[in-house]
Formats: sequence, C-alpha cells, structure tokens
Amino acid sequence: MRNAFVDELCRIARERKDVVLLTGDLGFSVLEKFAEEFPERYFNVGIAEQNMAGMAAGLALSGLTVVTYSIANFAIVRCLEQVRNDICYHGGAVIVVSVGTGVAYGSQGYTHHGIEDMAFTRVLPNMAVIAPGDPVETRHGLRALVERGGPGSLRLGRGGEPVLHDPETFRWTFGKAVPLIAPQSVTFLSTGVILGEVLAAADLLQRQGIAAGVLSMPSVEPLDVEAVIAAARHARLLITVEEHVREGGFGGAVAEIVAGLPAPRARLIRTGIARNTAKIVGDQAFLRRTNGIDAASLAALVEGEMAAFVAVENNT
Amino acid sequence: MNSCASPSDNRVDTADLARRIRKDVLRMVHRTRASHVGSCFSMADMMAVLYGRCLRIDPLHPDAADRDRVVVSKGHAAAAVYATLANRGFFPLEWLDHYTENGGLLAGHASHNVPGIELSTGSLGHGLSVGTGMALAARVQQSERRTFVVLSDGECDEGSIWEAALFAGHHGLDNLTVLVDYNKIQSFGRVADILRLEPFADKWRSFGWAVREVDGHDHAALAETLESLPLSAGQPGVLLCHTVKGKGVSFMEDQMVWHYKSPNDEQLAQALRELENAR
Ligand SMILES: Cc1ncc(C[n+]2csc(CCOP(=O)(O)OP(=O)(O)O)c2C)c(N)n1
Repeated sequence: MRNAFVDELCRIARERKDVVLLTGDLGFSVLEKFAEEFPERYFNVGIAEQNMAGMAAGLALSGLTVVTYSIANFAIVRCLEQVRNDICYHGGAVIVVSVGTGVAYGSQGYTHHGIEDMAFTRVLPNMAVIAPGDPVETRHGLRALVERGGPGSLRLGRGGEPVLHDPETFRWTFGKAVPLIAPQSVTFLSTGVILGEVLAAADLLQRQGIAAGVLSMPSVEPLDVEAVIAAARHARLLITVEEHVREGGFGGAVAEIVAGLPAPRARLIRTGIARNTAKIVGDQAFLRRTNGIDAASLAALVEGEMAAFVAVENNT
Repeated sequence: MNSCASPSDNRVDTADLARRIRKDVLRMVHRTRASHVGSCFSMADMMAVLYGRCLRIDPLHPDAADRDRVVVSKGHAAAAVYATLANRGFFPLEWLDHYTENGGLLAGHASHNVPGIELSTGSLGHGLSVGTGMALAARVQQSERRTFVVLSDGECDEGSIWEAALFAGHHGLDNLTVLVDYNKIQSFGRVADILRLEPFADKWRSFGWAVREVDGHDHAALAETLESLPLSAGQPGVLLCHTVKGKGVSFMEDQMVWHYKSPNDEQLAQALRELENAR
C-alpha cells in the first residue's frame, strides 16, 4: 500500500509541478523514489509534525498541492489543531497521509495505533477522509484527492496488503462506495484495510449457504449516503467493519444515516476496535481476533444473528 | 528520610549491567525481528549508570512515593528499558523472552503497564513535558525526589520539547535532569542533515538550563556528573551525552540501517561474541 502510494504520487508529480511532499522523518525504503526524482519538491521537516502541518498550510495557501507523510497518529492527531485551523478551515490543498493506521503496528503498542483519528477528521470543515481497502483503492484515492483539491486524510496500511481489485478495470468516482458483492439481506460495509477480512468472511458464509453482500467504502467523508440508504432498505442486517474504534468513525457515520430512516430498515451492527483495550499487546492478526473483526469472528457474528432472526420468525 | 533504598545500598557493576542490557536486547530483537537495536545500544550505558548507581529507587517497591522518577521519552528503545529493569529486579528476566508476544505485557514501545515504567512513550516529544510536570509536583509536594528524562536527539525537533524547556528554565526546576542520547542519527538521515541542533548546548543554556557535555559511553564521567546533581542550584540540568548509535557492535555502529534491521543468526552470534570480548 505504501509502495502503491509512492508510485502513484511520483506519477502525479510528473504530471503536476505543484505537488510537494513533506515527511516527518519517516519513509525509509518508501519515499526514496520521490526524493530522488523530485529533490526540489521533497522536504524532510524533521520530527516536528505540528510544524509540518502548519507549513503545509502555508505552502497550500501559496498555491501548491501538499502531501504530508508520517505514521499512524503522528501525521494527524499530533497536529490536530494545525490540521483543523490552518489546513481545513482555510481549505488548503493538503493531503495528510498516515501509514500503518488501525492496528497495523500491532505489538508496537497503543502509541502506534491509529484507531480514533476518523472520529476527529470526518467532522472537520472541507476535509475528505479516505481509507482505501487495498493498493488499487490507494492509487485511486490519492489521485482523486489531488484532483479535488482541498484538505484530505488518506489512511493507509503498513505494507503487504493484498490487491483486491483488478487494477486494469477498476474505476472509482470520488465519494462513492465500491460494490464487491451486490447487497444481500446481510451486507457488510467495510472501510480501509480490513476489507480483506470482510471478503474472507463473506466467503466463509457463502460456504454455509449464507449470501452476504460487501461494499467497500473507502470514502468515509463524504460518505456515499445513497449507497448506505439503498443497502439499509434492501438488507435486514447491515454490519459496518473498520480497524478503528466502533464509535465516532465509519460505523458512527453510517449510524447517523440509518438512524434517520423510516422503518422498515436494516438492523445495524457496528464492529471495530473496542475502546479500553489499549493494554492488550499483540500483533495485528491477534488484535483483529480479540476485537472480533477477523474473518472468522465476522462470519460467526452473522451466523448468530441469522439464527436469531429465524428463531423470531418461527415464533410469530 | 527517603523511603527508597539509598544509592549506596544497591550499586552494581555498571559495565556488567550495560553488557547484560545489550545482550538481552540483542536476543529480544533477534527473536522478534524488531527494529531499534541501534537506538537501544546508544543509551545502554546511560541506563546502566542511572539504574546501576544513581537513582534512588527500590525495585521491590516500584510505586514508593518518594522514588526518583524516570521518563524514557524515546520509547522506541523499549527493549533496552525492559532489559535494564529486568536486570535490576523490577520483574523476572524471564519476561524478556515474551517481548511483544501476543497477550503479553511488554509492548514494542515502553509501556506503563510494566513495573518500573512511569510513562508510556513511543510518540516522540512527550517525555519532557510530563517529566517537567513530575518535577513541578515534587516541588509542590516538597518532596526530595528527582526526575530524570531521557531524550533522543531527533526528538528535539519537536516544539513540545522546547515548550517544556522554557517552563523548566523559567521556574528553575533544579530537581529535573535531562539526558540527551546525542547519537547524531535519526530515522531518515543524520541530525546535521535533517534539522541542525547545533549549537545545541547554547540552545539549552539560553533557555535557562545548566549544561554538561559528556561521553555517553564513559561510565565514570556519567556517574561523576549524575552523583553531583544538581548541575547548578536553581536551574534544570541537561547532560548532552555524546553517543554512537549501535555502540558496542562494530557493524552496527553509526549506521542508520540498524535503526530498522534486526540481526540474523550469524550477526547475532558475532554481536554476542564482540560484547563478550569487550570485557
Ligand atoms: C511523534 C513521532 N514522530 C515520528 C516517530 C517515528 N520515529 C520513531 S524513532 C524516530 C527517530 C529516531 O531518531 P532519534 O529520535 O534521534 O532516536 P534514536 O533512535 O536515534 O535514539 C522516528 C521519527 C515517532 N515515534 N513519534
């Protein structure tokens, strides 16, 4: 994902002379490509994220398109007020790239878990929040953010994420959901790198004779409201999945829409990282399991809910 | 009276302690393929002298009210912190075998869930502010306890470091001592190439701090300084510890790549041999 990002950024920088990259002293074995090809548009600003975000605003307000780069929280939470006031309020073309979001840094511990940022970013003025599900969505997400102009947050994994779309045929309209499996009576809405687990869960369910729809929703803000409404009308059960706390992020955004719909509408279950689990040490796979967002747990959740539906129907 | 053991009660051979720290770190990062071995090695001697001689702490009572406080702000060097604490008896050495293990306690960045660790760190630039708060608390509570903060050089890029430095200087917190692990390398290059810190000592001085420059691998020099604190009455003190990233293993010394790499079997064996031969 990091490599897809930097490859696409180099491509964009060849097309557009206004693109500048700032890094907060990170990017070893990733950013060298850009630094070597565009040395005059690359700056390691040091371990100084607040200054990086403020400078990015200054560059953007002077007509440049800026990409800032750091890991997990450092790119965005550390400098949240610079992002809020200097970048978002002024509407500057700054794309904040965080790598290793979610629990990609696993056993590195809570300081390195990017699991609350969407609760902050999705409510900021002018801010687009894009959490791609795979390297292909990453390329399209970056390009769309650059073309859109204005502030954006691009939340990436750490590297090694599987390619889930055909890069040749994939097309994406900014802000739209990507249907991978058409909506069913059970439909997963997924954002970010957890998409692989969600597809695997759908696969497990398929083998149990349960058809589950899967929508990848890389755009958390703006949210594809029409797609959410259509899915909520069609399905009995909607499940949001994100590698982020269950409150305030993607599931929260979907809940805001679904809560306003008249019945009949789907029951909504939000899954994600449970708060107050910060003490638990473990790698990404372990933490996904602990939080019930690995493929097996997601499939088990659906099976349980389906059984409950059947039981209710038999009683009425 | 201080409820913690006095330093003379629990002094150890700091050269031996430093060697143990480095060997344990090597085994931990080798087994888990973890990064940051270079970061651990540059501060191993500082940790050995602090914990082996200077601190007023009691491993059996890590929560004693008047213990000295230590904040290791460069939390990515957690392996060295854990190895230090285990070798000083804060928890069993055997725990080191479970570093970063699923369901374990020892996270890859320093965690306050581990006995002897005051503050979870890992996001750089937090430790001096918290340490300044701890030093201020000691003054408010009229406690003799002292606060030590270990910073990396790269993290001195962070504005928050200098915000805390201003406050501590303004308020003359002479119960606060900073040790900067000045190894001249950060994540993505050399300090001198990314953001120049020099004249570093002058910066601290102009913020109201007493400054001492020492060889961060010279135990006698470190101990002499740390045993005669405060550096200057009425001023916070900073030791600019000149160090070498990866110190102790020839092929790791002063190499940025050992911020990231972990040794393979062969490199582990050679590194352990070198540490043993340095006796
Ligand atoms: C706020 C923040 N930004 C970025 C990082 C990522 N990071 C980890 S270690 C490091 C720099 C390492 O250099 P230095 O601070 O000098 O420590 P050393 O390992 O050399 O002692 C960086 C940038 C971080 N941990 N925290």
